[in-house]
Amino acid sequence: METTDIGLWGVPLALLGGAIRVSTPFIFVSLGEAITERSGRINLGLEGTLVFGAMSAYAVAVITGSPWLGLVAAALAGLCFGLFHGWICKFPKVNDIAIGIALMLFGSGLAFFFGKPFIQPSAPDLPAIPFGAWSNIPQVQAALNVNVLFLIGAALAVFLWWAFRNTRVGLIVRVVGDSADAARAMGLNPNTVRLLATGVGGALAGIGGAYLSLYYPGSWTERISSGQGLMAVALVIFARWNPLGCFAAALLFGGAGALGPALQSVGVTQGYYLFYAAPYILTLIIMIATSSPSRTLAGAPGELSITK
Amino acid sequence: MTGKFMLSRRDLLKTSAAGAALGLASAAFPIRAARAAAATVGFIYVGPKDDYGYNQAHAEGAASLKGIEGISIVEEENVPETVDVQKTMESMINLDGASLIFPTSFGYFDPHMLAMCAKFPDVQFRHCGGMWNKDKHPMNAGSYFGYIGLGQYLNGVVAGHTTKSKKLGFVAAKPIPQVLLNINSFLLGARSVDPAITCQVIFTGEWSLAVKEAEATNALVDQGADVITCHVDSPKVVVETAAGRGAFVCGYHANQSPLAPEKYLTGAEWNWAKVYKMFVDDLIAGKPLPNFTRGGLADGFVKMSPLGPAVGEAARKQFDATLAEMMKGGFSVIKGPLKSNKGAVVATEGQAFVETAIELESMDYLVEGVVGSTA
Repeated sequence: METTDIGLWGVPLALLGGAIRVSTPFIFVSLGEAITERSGRINLGLEGTLVFGAMSAYAVAVITGSPWLGLVAAALAGLCFGLFHGWICKFPKVNDIAIGIALMLFGSGLAFFFGKPFIQPSAPDLPAIPFGAWSNIPQVQAALNVNVLFLIGAALAVFLWWAFRNTRVGLIVRVVGDSADAARAMGLNPNTVRLLATGVGGALAGIGGAYLSLYYPGSWTERISSGQGLMAVALVIFARWNPLGCFAAALLFGGAGALGPALQSVGVTQGYYLFYAAPYILTLIIMIATSSPSRTLAGAPGELSITK
Repeated sequence: MTGKFMLSRRDLLKTSAAGAALGLASAAFPIRAARAAAATVGFIYVGPKDDYGYNQAHAEGAASLKGIEGISIVEEENVPETVDVQKTMESMINLDGASLIFPTSFGYFDPHMLAMCAKFPDVQFRHCGGMWNKDKHPMNAGSYFGYIGLGQYLNGVVAGHTTKSKKLGFVAAKPIPQVLLNINSFLLGARSVDPAITCQVIFTGEWSLAVKEAEATNALVDQGADVITCHVDSPKVVVETAAGRGAFVCGYHANQSPLAPEKYLTGAEWNWAKVYKMFVDDLIAGKPLPNFTRGGLADGFVKMSPLGPAVGEAARKQFDATLAEMMKGGFSVIKGPLKSNKGAVVATEGQAFVETAIELESMDYLVEGVVGSTA
């Protein structure tokens, strides 16, 4: 193996590489959740969907030998979870947060149950594009090995940002999210819109799970997610329901997650628990700095139960 | 299905009562023989039993008992270290009739296992760890554990011969004494080959955090470490990530060579099969079970994975020689003169701590040559 001593350059490089490697599940789950919440509903169950997506993608990839079929399976499984959530929540007096928590536990439990035989076998990985091929430093090559899903996620964030503002579908989702009464007056059925929005959100979360098990870290274990689905749901609020903000926040969390290990690797070894807490401290600071006692959160959909 | 099974068991009993062909029957129907168990042994794991790590090592030990006549096994995995484990133990005792239970995770002991010990004085409990104390704890409880530090020393010997960059990497969970001893042993093993070798350690802060373990492995490889080992619950992610980046790996807990056949050098594995067999033999013989069981490489509590294809001739020779030395007993990893990486003297000239030394169980330092900090 060729090695080049890169010393302290390892830290920015690890932040860059980490942002690209770690952020993808955050991107997909938070974009999915942004669509769902823009339609006026919260789906906390995406953690369960993420885990189930990871399991189904891995299982299908093991059985068929194709990671792409695994990806499709994860998206379909996520779609089913999302539609299920949307369907239950359409009944009157059902609390979407409680259903979300139930589905989070249900999704994880079901994934553990079906995932048992797939912990040991190895599945083929999703392909990555070597953007670092121009460099002869192996560390740069490794950091710039970008998975296709990351690129799709980035494109999707831009597309959603554009679509929310400029398309009919985007407008419908926003109207339903801001005022169900106004939507009804326009002849729209809020429940149908929310059902579809939750379904799409679930499908995206499933794809995020596929990235976890089929690319990075790239294996199915029952603790693969360690709460990333929940963090991504929080990221949406942090990003003020803006898809581009979701993308940026996901990158920030990915990079911040790489900070602790990278600093230890260059010899900054004191206080690593503090570095691991860095993303959360950063979140707190930004939330405090941007909040105001005199108005509700900017950009929050009016129908969202957290703002009522 | 079950009804049919019961019926044929009754038939079997009748046959044996008649004194005809008992040996033949039990040889032909080994499952049925096990059903008529004299004792049931329960195993409880904190994670999945096929995690390529800590839990798999225990589950392999449990699986090795399945052929023993008169013994049947009940297992439960993914049991949290909460009141859940008490429920699991109660159901193993009341429903499955378990008379010996092995709760294998650290946090099961106090208060959960102790509560069950008081409630079921006729059932024997043996906990994996070193927490049982004769003065404080009941006699139907006990603990068993292995000294695996020498295994990490042997990992280090092979790593020391294999590394070209003279930099090793260690992904560790938490800075507790047992983990620190493994890190120190790994480096000292490597330094027995070349005293210029250093070992970079990264603590992830948790026993199982897949993404952080992968990030830590990547960071180590970025800094030039070319042999990686770890002490986390499931080494699967570390092994796969390191091998994917082209680094060599030494395993831990169980044999991970199927994950990276070309890059896997060797590994320090638990051999719980031996320990569980000892307990079960005593149980069958009706002897009292030992309360405090410890052992290392020489006792067969710990074993090494077979050396991988990348291990060179010199490494193989020194590995075999060191292993033979250890098998004689009395081998010391921590011996003077030795300093910590903060410059404090941890062993003076002539001072040596064998693996059973009680001082090692309160280790709070990393030795000179380890790049890292315990806090």
